[in-house]
Amino acid sequence: MNWYAIRAIYMFEMSRAFRTVVQSVVSPVLSTILYFVVFGTAIGSRIQTVDGIDYGAFIVPGLIMMTLLQQSVTTASFGIYLPRFVGTFYEHLSAPLSFVEIVLGYVGAAASRSLVIALIILATSTLFVDLDILHPVWMIAFLILTGVTFSLLGFIIGIWARNFEQLQMIPLLVITPLVFLGGAFYSISMLSGVWQTITKFNPVLYLISGFRWSFFGVADVPVAVSLGAVSAFLVLCLGVIWLIFATGWRIRD
Amino acid sequence: MSAIISIRNLSKTFDDGTAALSDVSLDIQQGEILALLGPNGAGKTTFISMICGLIRPTSGVVTVDGHDIRSDFRAARRLIGLVPQEITIEPFENVIRTTRFSRGLFGKPPNDAYIEQVLRSLSLWDKRNSRNVDLSGGMKRRVLIAKALSHEPRILFLDEPTAGVDVSLRKNMWDLVRRLRDDGVTIILTTHYIDEAEEMADRIGIINKGKLQLVEQKDVLMKQLGRKQLNLELQTKLQAVPTELDGYGLKLSDDGMSMLYDYDAQAARTGITRLLSDLAAAGISVRDLDTSQSSLEQIFLTLVEENR
Repeated sequence: MNWYAIRAIYMFEMSRAFRTVVQSVVSPVLSTILYFVVFGTAIGSRIQTVDGIDYGAFIVPGLIMMTLLQQSVTTASFGIYLPRFVGTFYEHLSAPLSFVEIVLGYVGAAASRSLVIALIILATSTLFVDLDILHPVWMIAFLILTGVTFSLLGFIIGIWARNFEQLQMIPLLVITPLVFLGGAFYSISMLSGVWQTITKFNPVLYLISGFRWSFFGVADVPVAVSLGAVSAFLVLCLGVIWLIFATGWRIRD
Repeated sequence: MSAIISIRNLSKTFDDGTAALSDVSLDIQQGEILALLGPNGAGKTTFISMICGLIRPTSGVVTVDGHDIRSDFRAARRLIGLVPQEITIEPFENVIRTTRFSRGLFGKPPNDAYIEQVLRSLSLWDKRNSRNVDLSGGMKRRVLIAKALSHEPRILFLDEPTAGVDVSLRKNMWDLVRRLRDDGVTIILTTHYIDEAEEMADRIGIINKGKLQLVEQKDVLMKQLGRKQLNLELQTKLQAVPTELDGYGLKLSDDGMSMLYDYDAQAARTGITRLLSDLAAAGISVRDLDTSQSSLEQIFLTLVEENR
């Protein structure tokens, strides 16, 4: 294992995050505050509680999960796409690296960065609502598992994308709608029967539900199912990445 | 000298059916400078890219210091530095961090003293904190070289290293390449500039249409294939070459005051004695004469033309 290479990629990516701190940290935190203002205060004044939880607090796990998913995918996809776009990826291909080191470096950095942002948002939310986290260990576990899994997805998108439009297509056209329709701001018990069934096909529901359970002990779907769904998606992403490097698809002729 | 890179029957056919390289076999000796010449699209970059791991060979075996580039790729690649043809560089990073990053990628522990030495040798130390995007084209190319040297490679591939750089920088690069060779680094460079190969290379390889047409010591190549020219300065002006001298292929200058005679210096009979005798018989007096050897460029063009 080339540990120095993993460290080099990780530190290089993290230094880019520090270089673009407004875009990396300030922007998502500001967006989250706006969500609190709009959903928590404006709408929350009309919805007192959901499943017995104060609405302002209820949306916190959804907001954190939404930011985590978007940040993981965006950061990882941009991280690997940039050297491909600029042309510096030749160095990775000519270095004594296997795909394991490349993935650990880029996905590790993207996951770390998005986890830090998620924790900042969690801290910010305590300024607006009272929060008691029922299962803090599980909360961290869900954060890490989701951050890593969606960073892997972002990595795949970064390899797949041929231009910046494609790079943004999945986060904007897939991830964001799935988050909004996956119970970030409501419980699926508030939906009618048909919509409840349809929503259960949304994979993000399982992430938000499991994460919300770690906060309040209530969930739309059993927590074991949530864990299984995230783990299955993680394995799927790993398989796709292995296939990409085994075949050299879009990276090596 | 022993071979540090051994290439056997290396071929590459791309998915669209383009045969970029066909059955190339070559040994590259430790410590030599090998220049690869060839027209655009000849397969030079494909050849380098396969050895460095950027492109998968369709067939063939390459070993670097005994390490197979596929089964033992880590050991093989640790020995190699690559300077690509295009200036590809992280625009918003600074010079020193970019160079440190490259060292890390190749599995070397941080060594700022060595990085400083490399940057100083490339006159980049003063620019170490500058963003890459703010550097001139020549400096960016030097950063690429610094990155390639950052992990102390024993072999350096330079793909068109002086393309688009000014004359003084070219000379500096040549000096750098010579210094690296003196330090024991094996250098393989591709170039369009024949004078570059002529100036620096120990051996010259000519690639054309994906085939390695020739690899030879530069001096031997020039000696074996070098045509010589005899320049005859005439006492009086000639309107045309007399018909009895047609067999020599003489070229009369525009002013009619000199003639050129091409001959093969390696041939048993150069024809010079007979020519001088026939000139005298035709009543043409020669005031002076001198000879010149064909340049590598002429040799190259001749070889490529023959295989067109």
